[in-house]
Amino acid sequence: MPQVTLTVNGKQHSVEVEGRTLLVELLREKLRLTGTHVGCDTSQCGACVVHVDGNSVKSCTTLAVAVDGASVTTIEGLAAADGTLHPMQEAFREYHALQCGFCTPGMVMSAVDLVQKHPEGLSEQEIREGLEGNLCRCTGYHNIVKAIDAAQEVMHGRSTSIAAAAE
Amino acid sequence: MYDFDYHKPTTVADAVALLAADPDAKAVSGGHTLIPALKHRLNKPTSLVDLSGIAEMRGIRREGNALIIGAFTRHAEVASSEVVQAAIPVLSFMAAHIGDNQVRNRGTIGGSVSNNDPAADYPAAVLGLGAIVHTSSRKIPADEFFLGMFTTALEPDELLVAIEFPIPEKAGYAKMKNPASRYVMAGALVSKGPAGVRVAINGAASCVFRQAEMEAALAANWSPEAVAGIQQPADDLNSDIHGSAEYRAHLVTVMAKRAVVNAG
Repeated sequence: MPQVTLTVNGKQHSVEVEGRTLLVELLREKLRLTGTHVGCDTSQCGACVVHVDGNSVKSCTTLAVAVDGASVTTIEGLAAADGTLHPMQEAFREYHALQCGFCTPGMVMSAVDLVQKHPEGLSEQEIREGLEGNLCRCTGYHNIVKAIDAAQEVMHGRSTSIAAAAE
Repeated sequence: MYDFDYHKPTTVADAVALLAADPDAKAVSGGHTLIPALKHRLNKPTSLVDLSGIAEMRGIRREGNALIIGAFTRHAEVASSEVVQAAIPVLSFMAAHIGDNQVRNRGTIGGSVSNNDPAADYPAAVLGLGAIVHTSSRKIPADEFFLGMFTTALEPDELLVAIEFPIPEKAGYAKMKNPASRYVMAGALVSKGPAGVRVAINGAASCVFRQAEMEAALAANWSPEAVAGIQQPADDLNSDIHGSAEYRAHLVTVMAKRAVVNAG
């Protein structure tokens, strides 16, 4: 069976997989990182979004063997070692940007990539379009958009805290 | 998903040899069409030949009056490439509107064009700009490449390596997306340049096609009004739960008008 070596949240792992093993299966079943969810399993809902070498991807539609050697960040790798939340997580909490919470890990990972790629800042419309690959079945998009808007201010140094950005 | 052997060659020649040696092998690029198909067990390849390790299939470069894009160039790279934006902005615009951010971070131009999904975007650019498809063994003009639904001139052991786009004077694209799947219901790419005036229609029929009547009208008068009165016959257009053939025929004219506006 193929051997895959990859760095997940800063830690290197060498795992035996099948050709057909999906990245999300490797993360959830082999590494027990169950923060990454499987929603639709048809690459539409975005609950499984993780970062591969800095780009958001749907891990339910990515083969584990195809990311051999890559650096992967999951929702578990976002907060600091001392538990301090990433500004995007903090913003989701501050703005109550979740209802049932199932889509949240994917939403947060997509949002972090979206904001990182747009240091010039995103309008509300651009944030909504940037979330095309993530579905929230509670339809709680409004607060998610507000949270991302606040988080981008902190992530790009235009505001010092989510609480300040909220004002 | 059924299991398969996995190969990751580093040259086009090795990839072609792997495909030639096993008639049930399949090439995989970004995998965003093939992996969902494998999950549904619609396909059962004995082995997958991953093209991501092949350096000669990557990159974007300008050569004289043409832009050459390697097959394994992801949509996000085409969308953000300054070289593409300067030479053929419509390609960046198109790439930026395929699927969603995550799809664009994985999907590739070669995968999309080889697959020739009737509702894909890139085939309209290849046909509408009069591109030349470079394969592992030959060069195929766009007019001879797209043969029908999910069918191209590629042989089973032939790989799309790069696409050569002549740089147009003007080009524009417009599409109506299905609001749920975001696949193209009907789209039009119009261009004027070294390949003449071309109008390629995607999404509406089983395969991308050229609209000759609109091409003639635009050659005589490059303006949205020139195509406004031209009705695409509905006879061979797709009809499904998302829209009738007549509705798609109507969209063809609307999208062609918008594409001309977008071309400027």
